[in-house]
Amino acid sequence: MKTFLIDPDKCTGCRDCEMVCSLYHEKVLNPARSRITVIRDPLNGIELPAVCMQCEDPVCVLVCPVNAIYVDENGAKVIDYSKCMGCRTCVITCPLGGALIDPVTGKTIKCDLCGGDPMCVKFCSTHAIEWVDVSVANQRIKRATLERYLEALRKGKG
Amino acid sequence: MLKRKVAFVDLSKEKVVVEEIPKELRKKHLGGRGLNWYYIYNNVTPEVEPFDPENLLVIGTGFLTGLPCLGTGRTQISTKGPLTKGVGDANMGGAFGPELRYAGFDHLVIKGKAKEPVYLFVYNGEIEIRKASHLWGLDTYETQKALKEEIGDERVESMVIGKAGENKVYFANVMNNIKNAGGRGGTGAVMGSKNLKAIATRGTMDMHIHDVDKFIEYAMQMNQQVLSTKWAKTLSRLGTPLLYDVSYTTGFIGTMNWQYNTPGKEGEPLEAEYLQDYIVKHTACMGCSVHCRHRVKIERGEYAGLITEGPEYTMMGSFGTLVGCYDWDLVIKGNDECNRWGVDNLSLGAIISWAFELYQREILTEKDVGFKLEWGDKNAVLELARMIVEREEIGDLLANGFLEAAKKIGEDSLYYAIHVKGQPDLHTDERGIPSFALGIATSTRGADHLRSRPAIDLFQLPEEFLEKLIGYKIKSDFTAYETKGILVWWFELYFNIVDSLGVCKFQSTFNCPHCPQYDEYVPLLKYATGLDFTKEELIQIGERNYTMERLFNIINGLGKEHDYPPERFFKEPNKRGLPFMKGRKLDRDKYEKMLMEYYAQHGWDENGVPKEETLKKLGIEKPKPNFPEVE
Repeated sequence: MKTFLIDPDKCTGCRDCEMVCSLYHEKVLNPARSRITVIRDPLNGIELPAVCMQCEDPVCVLVCPVNAIYVDENGAKVIDYSKCMGCRTCVITCPLGGALIDPVTGKTIKCDLCGGDPMCVKFCSTHAIEWVDVSVANQRIKRATLERYLEALRKGKG
Repeated sequence: MLKRKVAFVDLSKEKVVVEEIPKELRKKHLGGRGLNWYYIYNNVTPEVEPFDPENLLVIGTGFLTGLPCLGTGRTQISTKGPLTKGVGDANMGGAFGPELRYAGFDHLVIKGKAKEPVYLFVYNGEIEIRKASHLWGLDTYETQKALKEEIGDERVESMVIGKAGENKVYFANVMNNIKNAGGRGGTGAVMGSKNLKAIATRGTMDMHIHDVDKFIEYAMQMNQQVLSTKWAKTLSRLGTPLLYDVSYTTGFIGTMNWQYNTPGKEGEPLEAEYLQDYIVKHTACMGCSVHCRHRVKIERGEYAGLITEGPEYTMMGSFGTLVGCYDWDLVIKGNDECNRWGVDNLSLGAIISWAFELYQREILTEKDVGFKLEWGDKNAVLELARMIVEREEIGDLLANGFLEAAKKIGEDSLYYAIHVKGQPDLHTDERGIPSFALGIATSTRGADHLRSRPAIDLFQLPEEFLEKLIGYKIKSDFTAYETKGILVWWFELYFNIVDSLGVCKFQSTFNCPHCPQYDEYVPLLKYATGLDFTKEELIQIGERNYTMERLFNIINGLGKEHDYPPERFFKEPNKRGLPFMKGRKLDRDKYEKMLMEYYAQHGWDENGVPKEETLKKLGIEKPKPNFPEVE
């Protein structure tokens, strides 16, 4: 089982992920139609990538009134556009901001993992976003947390 | 990428005309810098002064701006500049250019003068002229924050002026975000003269790519090619300050206004590694995988708590070696102030250090300035900088650049002003490196390192390799004059193409021979735009674009006599540095031969005027005004 691992401290705000996402999915360059978003605010020193985390019990699937969201073989929650009516229920209910509105079609857009090999990951030169096995992710999260904890302890001893 | 739009904006008449950019113009000039100068060459006649409403301010995105590769977040801003009264030109990173393209426009050609302060709002194919009196007086950060708030969209990207532009300081910048500067050309001053405080843009429109699948694959390949170089690896860690260590140990870094060519041991505190202590995070322009910039924080001392971006190498001269200060805190603090003011830190530093030397030589006195200008006095540096931007007392004079200030201070003072065509030089000391000296001398925007500098000349690459790269036999020895006219010519055309495509120079052959160049641009252009160019055609476009800039300078009175590096570089040998650098100065006869070789290579005559046959070959005609008139 795989998961996204996102490290905002590594995100430079270059938005290559947004550009390539729109290219891959919509065949045009248009960050506003990207499934991944970087909250980029250099004037306040912020770069935060945000994307659908592919929940195990996804709210979007549950609330969709026309059952337009299905789970594919990679575990991606994918929209069936022959059914989606653009009601935005999934957009409102997603707790992570993973479902967005396409400004051109008005329909929902969300990450579909590009068929198992996400383009955003391929284009991220600093590895701020990675698509890794959950065991690897767990290990890395644990390590980062412990390092922060030890750092705090050292500072405390001063 | 074709069927893109240019908007002609007349601020006096408050009218906007939108046209499609014809394919023929793309084939002749590409976009960005090339197309900007096509509009200026045809529409700005010699009697128009830089601050006249008839002068144009042209904003141009590169033909490839806004792609996920090669740092294509670039925007070109061009005008008749106040410092040189010729080519005033700036290339800016950040995210403004891509956003402008997503808003539907590639070029904005602006003329006239608004009756009161205004800003342009460019949104999805529409352009609105809006009141900006409430923004006038705000610094560049505050202005951008206010625009995002007022428009109600945090993705708005703006290109703004600060105090320096409002006060028409001759070397004022336009700015995007914290540190993306359209510097060197005085473009901010021209924007201020038009009462134009900002251009804000936001777009959610599609930009079409000719062959999406091939493009994605090739873009990834390009990024990998760049990232695999040692240059990119070091740049992404240290940023341009990486250039400091080699410059000061070898001895080609202007010190105390170029009286010395290195501070020697004294300069050690400014070594790039020490910047690591300040770095909070690495950030990038849009479409850049290298991320050469830093977000920094000053933890201790007088400026504790300051969080900002930068500084670049330029600032290490301006508020560093040039004024005899070796303190990262001052460099970072000064850089932040310059960005808030929207002023070219490079020109500002050269003018301040000039004033310091004039004070040392008692040409300027404490009475003239109001305080002492003693080397290493950081408060004096910051205060004089502020006075220039605010145009207070002597600052008012210095804000007009070397040439006009020297008229009042005394023409003799110009010997100590390190400039070409009135444009202050970067703090590099070029007197030991002939190709660098020729490059600053012939640069169309005056002394500058980003118009042709063959930085790879310093690497003393094997001559077989250079021949393969440049297509001519080039001497490997960087102290040689012979063949360096050809080397500078090659880089002038190449950098023009880089600027016309909107590619970042740090991902070009500027500092690293393994970065992508013409051979890679050909397929990239094909996949992105669908247009077929050969390498030879691209080189010819570079020649055409460059020659038009040259012609613009010539009709504005900048000819051969302005193609020389500062007199000081011929007269005073280097006093310090490594053995092969110490004692070197420029040789006048050899320089003259190099200049002739350079002219001949361009197809220009012995006075540097493009020959008729050259113009014919390039298809350059006499200027024909084409700014659409609307009543």
